[in-house]
Amino acid sequence: MLTPEYLTQQIFNGIVFGAMYALLALGMTVIYGILRLIHFAHGALITVGAFCFYLFFMVFGLPFPAAIALIIAVGALMGVVLDVVAYKKAVGGPEVSMLITSLGFYIFIENLMKLIVTPQPYAFHTPEYLDKIYSMPMLTFRTIDIFIIVISVAIMVFFQLFVKKTRMGTAMRATSESGEAARMLGININRIISISFILASAIAAITGFMLGAKYGQIAYNMGFMAGVKAFVAIVIGGVGSIPGAMLGGFILGILEMFSVAFLPPGYAAYRDGIVFFILIIILIVKPSGIFGQREVES
Amino acid sequence: MRFFNTVFSRLDKRILAVVLVAALFVCLWIANVILSKYIIFIISLIGVYIVASESLNLTNGYTGLFSLGHAGFMAVGAYTSALLTFPVKSRDIFVIARLPAILGGPEAQWPFFPALIMGGIFAAVLAAVVGLPVLRLKGHYLAVASLGLMVLVTALAMNLRDLTRGSIGINSIPTYTNIWWAYIAVLITVYVVWRVVHSSIGRAMKAIREDEVAAKVQGINPLKYKLLSFTIGAFFAGIAGGLYAHLSGAIRPYAFSFNLTFQIVIMVVLGGQGTIAGPVAGAIIITVLRYVLKPLEEALQIYGLVELVYASLLIATMLRKPEGIMGARRVVRKMETSIPTEK
Repeated sequence: MLTPEYLTQQIFNGIVFGAMYALLALGMTVIYGILRLIHFAHGALITVGAFCFYLFFMVFGLPFPAAIALIIAVGALMGVVLDVVAYKKAVGGPEVSMLITSLGFYIFIENLMKLIVTPQPYAFHTPEYLDKIYSMPMLTFRTIDIFIIVISVAIMVFFQLFVKKTRMGTAMRATSESGEAARMLGININRIISISFILASAIAAITGFMLGAKYGQIAYNMGFMAGVKAFVAIVIGGVGSIPGAMLGGFILGILEMFSVAFLPPGYAAYRDGIVFFILIIILIVKPSGIFGQREVES
Repeated sequence: MRFFNTVFSRLDKRILAVVLVAALFVCLWIANVILSKYIIFIISLIGVYIVASESLNLTNGYTGLFSLGHAGFMAVGAYTSALLTFPVKSRDIFVIARLPAILGGPEAQWPFFPALIMGGIFAAVLAAVVGLPVLRLKGHYLAVASLGLMVLVTALAMNLRDLTRGSIGINSIPTYTNIWWAYIAVLITVYVVWRVVHSSIGRAMKAIREDEVAAKVQGINPLKYKLLSFTIGAFFAGIAGGLYAHLSGAIRPYAFSFNLTFQIVIMVVLGGQGTIAGPVAGAIIITVLRYVLKPLEEALQIYGLVELVYASLLIATMLRKPEGIMGARRVVRKMETSIPTEK
């Protein structure tokens, strides 16, 4: 069972899933950094992105790049809507009430999707050139896997450059360091919050397409587990650290794949359970994660 | 004179409480006689939800934590109680393992009450084990960790087939829970929560909710009280789960999924976090709403309607009246880390 081929294959699969978790974690950690909010509704945007791609590409028959551009636009729009409708009022109140609001929006979007698309899962197709299978001596993969890894890494690199090199990115980092101090320095916090939501939501929407393409089917509730796992990735990497979130995503992806691949067959059904088991272990052993600061209170 | 005044006013309150309780039970008795079995079932179910939401209120409302694991604790209580009380004769037919020697041996079948309590204890122990590391951290970690715990419990219920029969679930559970069991449990839960909240423990919990640093300065150990509220909450959640199992007669892992947690969270938030009457009102409104909307949803074939209405209620409550129906507006001091929106 444990041949080198099998091992590389599983590591590769883990990296593909890890790339998607890393993208989600990236968006969530930016929002967490600025608002101290676990953005549950982030998961819903994955579903919205996947179904919008289904609509544009498979129903309307738009060309692939146009469909991708449109779902990014839809994701960004959802970000604006969430920001304006949901959080403008809740920001500044107790942290728990933002969390509850976010949860409410998650359930709202998920069930709206359920109402529109019915509970059945949908078969998800990508253009044929993304579906080709390549077999190498050590590895078998599809073009979509390469697409996921390349696009994810590109987004992460651009995001990191944006955060480190641009004025807007610097303002973002300042805000997540201390909102109060950033405001005193003349940073328009509302704008920072809006930009974070737009970026994070657009990334979530495109991740939705990736998840759909990888699994080959989409359903109204596909975003929930992915969204919560993204938070687990953040905890692994260290809350508040952007590189940590990305690294955490990859670690989580590989750990999850390994738990499916190397545990006895009966345990594969525990996949989601294992992810949370890892979370609880990390919270016990090293709650600050790999790159994070200590957040222990008592 | 003042002494007599206080004694009298206290006595007055007690008499009032006794009269109210008596009135409630007379109403229930009348209802039990005249109403149909289906309505009685819904009324009992409301009782079960009141136990669940009132106990979540202790954690989420009074201590200011945010637990999403309530359905997990209910599942623990439900499975424990169902497995302990399952009749010996039908165990082999339904492929349910007999009890091990430590729980009374293969011929044993527990009576309802101790099984119920045992379910609560298991849930409380689980809460203590998970709570001890997680409650040291900032509040939102508990939200995700408790959610994770719930997923873990559901995964175990799905996959420990020898014990739980997996996704088929356990059916033909003896239906012991009736309107009396449900509402006596409600009474006990409300009384315990009321006593806890009006004791030094409750004041410590509220102090932690308002300002943890200030509470620490007063010599309150936050971990101790957070753990206490989380554990007591889990205990009653276990009881609620047990009552639910013996009310519906069948339990499946999916019954204790995220939707159940979410439903109980809404009951607490809608009714009013940190009030005694809030979760009661919330449980009644949400359960009645469910049984009114469910036939509509099925008739129109638009699945998701009930949850959509729930979510809208939750969002509307949070944005318009965050203190809930029964809550009084509290002045909340803005936190240091929060960002003012007004320019």
